[in-house]
Amino acid sequence: MSASDIIFLIVAVVTVGSAAIVVLSRSLIYSAFSLLFTFFGVAIIYVYLGADFLAGTQVLIYVGGILVLLLFGVMLTHRLYSLNLRTETFQVIPGFLIALAVFISLALVSTRTNWHVVADKPLVPTTDTIGTLFLTEYLLPFEIASILLLVALIGAAMLVRRRADI
Amino acid sequence: MITLSHYLLISAALFSLGIMGVLTRKNAVNVLMGIELILNSANINLVAFSRYSSNGIDGQMFAIIVIVVAASEVAVALAMVLTMYRLLRTVNLDQADTLKPTCKVCATSIPN
Repeated sequence: MSASDIIFLIVAVVTVGSAAIVVLSRSLIYSAFSLLFTFFGVAIIYVYLGADFLAGTQVLIYVGGILVLLLFGVMLTHRLYSLNLRTETFQVIPGFLIALAVFISLALVSTRTNWHVVADKPLVPTTDTIGTLFLTEYLLPFEIASILLLVALIGAAMLVRRRADI
Repeated sequence: MITLSHYLLISAALFSLGIMGVLTRKNAVNVLMGIELILNSANINLVAFSRYSSNGIDGQMFAIIVIVVAASEVAVALAMVLTMYRLLRTVNLDQADTLKPTCKVCATSIPN
């Protein structure tokens, strides 16, 4: 095993382990902060896959945007006098069984299938290609995504205003 | 040696953990965290297949679009959670049952 393999193994264990804490922890604050490590782990996995722009985007949007939004959601909907925000669970046994069945089937598919793998593509910077593709081949998804962001902005603002303003 | 299967295994683990979070948690914010895990695992799959396939970086483009959709989804979902907290004083999904005919809160807790 080379050094990069060992680092990959550590990153994988941290990612999956903190995702398990997100799901299993009873404290909402612990869940939110474990999600931070999961997002960083996924960003490092993107680096291993040669997706440098996507790793930066992951850190910026997930850690800087989505996680902060989730923390806002936690703090605005609970009275934060102490850090032991307990959350309840229900139907734990069926949920665990379904998750286990999904994992086993996905793991069997991913290990048993004979993938047609192109070996050793060179690691090149992808930002240039992504920018060019977004303005040529993927122009329509790009525009639809911007319209989706506008609609989500208007919708979120409309949902949380006071009822008396209608 | 890291192969495609390793990435797919990590992605499968994240996906099933997200499924379990969505199915077992009562808190709406926790369910949202599970959905984020599921979207992240789908992204890992897309980027891994685009790395190990012969046609360009199409998977990374898909992953960027998925990130955009996840960002707007979490914004709208948190607006809904805040509205639910203002109306019902709770974010537990099993107590948001005002459409049930026999519920306790429907006569009193919704203004207008």
